[in-house]
Amino acid sequence: MEMTKYRDNGQFCSGHVACAGCAEALSMRVILNAVGEDTVGVVAPSCTAVILGGHPMSSAKIPVLHGTLESAAASASGVKRALKAQGRDDTTVLCLAGDGGTYDIGLQALSSAAERNEDILYVCFDNEGYMNTGGQKSSSTPHMATTGSTPLGKATHKKNLIEILAAHRIPYIATASPSHLSDLAAKVEKAKSIRGTKVIIVLIPCLPGWGVADNAAVKTARLAVEAGAFPLLEIEDGVHYSLTVAEKTRPIDAYLAEQKRYRRLSDEDRAALQSEVDDAWSRLLARAGKDLNA
Amino acid sequence: MNAPLFTEDLKLLNGNHAVAWGVCLAEPDVAPVYPITPQTPILEKLIDFESRGACQIELLTPESEHSAMAAAIAASATGARVFTATSSQGLLLMHELLHYASGARTPIVLFNVNRTPAAPWGFWPDQIDSLSQRDTGWVQLYSESPQESLDSVIQAFRIAEAVNLPVMVNHDAFYVSHSVEPVSIPDAGMVRDFLPRIPREIQLGDGTGRSLGAPIDQAAWNLTRREMDAAMKRVENVSEQAGSEWERLTGRPSAPLEFYRCEDAEIVYVTMGSMSGTVREVVDLLRESGVPAGLLKVRLFRPLPVQALRHALAGTSCAIVLDRNYSPGTGGVLHQELKAGLFGMENPPRVHGMLAGVGGVNVPVGSIAKLAADCRNAEQTAEPVWVE
Repeated sequence: MEMTKYRDNGQFCSGHVACAGCAEALSMRVILNAVGEDTVGVVAPSCTAVILGGHPMSSAKIPVLHGTLESAAASASGVKRALKAQGRDDTTVLCLAGDGGTYDIGLQALSSAAERNEDILYVCFDNEGYMNTGGQKSSSTPHMATTGSTPLGKATHKKNLIEILAAHRIPYIATASPSHLSDLAAKVEKAKSIRGTKVIIVLIPCLPGWGVADNAAVKTARLAVEAGAFPLLEIEDGVHYSLTVAEKTRPIDAYLAEQKRYRRLSDEDRAALQSEVDDAWSRLLARAGKDLNA
Repeated sequence: MNAPLFTEDLKLLNGNHAVAWGVCLAEPDVAPVYPITPQTPILEKLIDFESRGACQIELLTPESEHSAMAAAIAASATGARVFTATSSQGLLLMHELLHYASGARTPIVLFNVNRTPAAPWGFWPDQIDSLSQRDTGWVQLYSESPQESLDSVIQAFRIAEAVNLPVMVNHDAFYVSHSVEPVSIPDAGMVRDFLPRIPREIQLGDGTGRSLGAPIDQAAWNLTRREMDAAMKRVENVSEQAGSEWERLTGRPSAPLEFYRCEDAEIVYVTMGSMSGTVREVVDLLRESGVPAGLLKVRLFRPLPVQALRHALAGTSCAIVLDRNYSPGTGGVLHQELKAGLFGMENPPRVHGMLAGVGGVNVPVGSIAKLAADCRNAEQTAEPVWVE
């Protein structure tokens, strides 16, 4: 088991209030330990804020500014500039937000921080909906997934935030999954070593929001990666694409079957989603290949 | 520091450039700013100073006033001295974060250029943009002239950092922001001494690992407002002290309330901002014709110096409030505030609320002078009166 070899530096404390079996808490533990203690955190209202806990307790050892939902990247920029003015430019500023705070209401501030290439590490815990408010759709909710506000399944596609970020030509973008923790830790460490705006999007299967069994969050995330529904990749300077898991090894069916949000799907629906995943994977390979040939 | 820029000198400056000079002298660490008419010259002048090395500021130019205020709060929470500026729509876009800034006890200084909010679109002097933010926990100062704006923005840092509350300084669009007058530039060393760096009690990233803004229970939230209340109660005194010291240093009075020929005045005009200049002329004219009139200019609007106002208006029979703002359903905001402030006073003056100059319309000397005759022996009404 990978976790038996894991060296924990104690940056994420026990006693946090995540749902039992939540993969976000697991991911936070790895991220906080990888980023280290010389860090100031900025957290948008989200499951992360809840997991960190109420005043005066905190499950993170680093100090955290609990900012507003739409301004995580702007707040992180403010912290960074203040530290710079104090001659503490080496302190990492870590932003933690959900997909609502990133793909939706926080996109404007994130785009602006990326355009200014602010020296921040922005992590989006992407559970593909407003799960902290009981499970409504966000622009990250995928096609056909049911949520509280898409009871018949979402009619439109998941926003391709990765491509939007790549178009900003920021130095580093990555996706990561709680099923591949060494990969996640390596990406955080790499991002930490780079100056400028870094964004890591971590897929978080939400137990109640997706209708996943309490012991199946990591398994579901792994199936997403293996099916190519959530490819693990890196993009440097907006143009250099590389896949950190280079193979798509199974059809999407097993991934869908783990989740109640897809239980209404017909065979045709599943085939349509498979086709969408295949198309996206081909485009991704072409981008990664194109770069190799460049 | 480019020393020759900061010798004691008179410079011909508009209101906005005077603000930029004041800010530069106050030496903020971080300034997130977003352009909006008629604030933009503050931003441009500040960036000009910074790019020429006249001051060292971490300047951020984000995509909106909302992000500007978010960055300002975060930088201030991290211990930086922070300035930002805006106007009208920009201030209103910041609204959510104005509450956050005071709740987080971040001593940010914001300069707002008072301008009509849409709809319909307009760019004219009107104070409803900032007055409608009066419940957000910001200290509010109003300035009449470029010199006063420079002086006030420097004092604002002193007040903000003494009580850990954000301070908003306001001046009227164009009448002050773009009007040019000789402005005395204070000595940089003097301003530095006037604004000592005070170590923060709460500072993000100070090594203690303490977080800021995390969810709390009802009683703890309630306590934060009690603490803000205590801080607000200190503002008048702190502002008075800052003003006295500034007067000693520069010779320019900067008290929370300014009185002009109020001694034995039977009629006192009460107003804020650029209107005060016109009223001073009206008072002179009325006094020449034997009418005992005076002007009470409110510089510190939030918190309103209630006891000082009651003291100042004791013995006056008629107060005429000139509001360059309109709060639909009630009337002028200063009128409401003054009535509330005088509540329960023995022998209070009659308070006449006048909506004068709403939307930036010109209010000539003759119109204001006529109000003295209209109101002198008239009963006060609960309804505000639109001044023609």
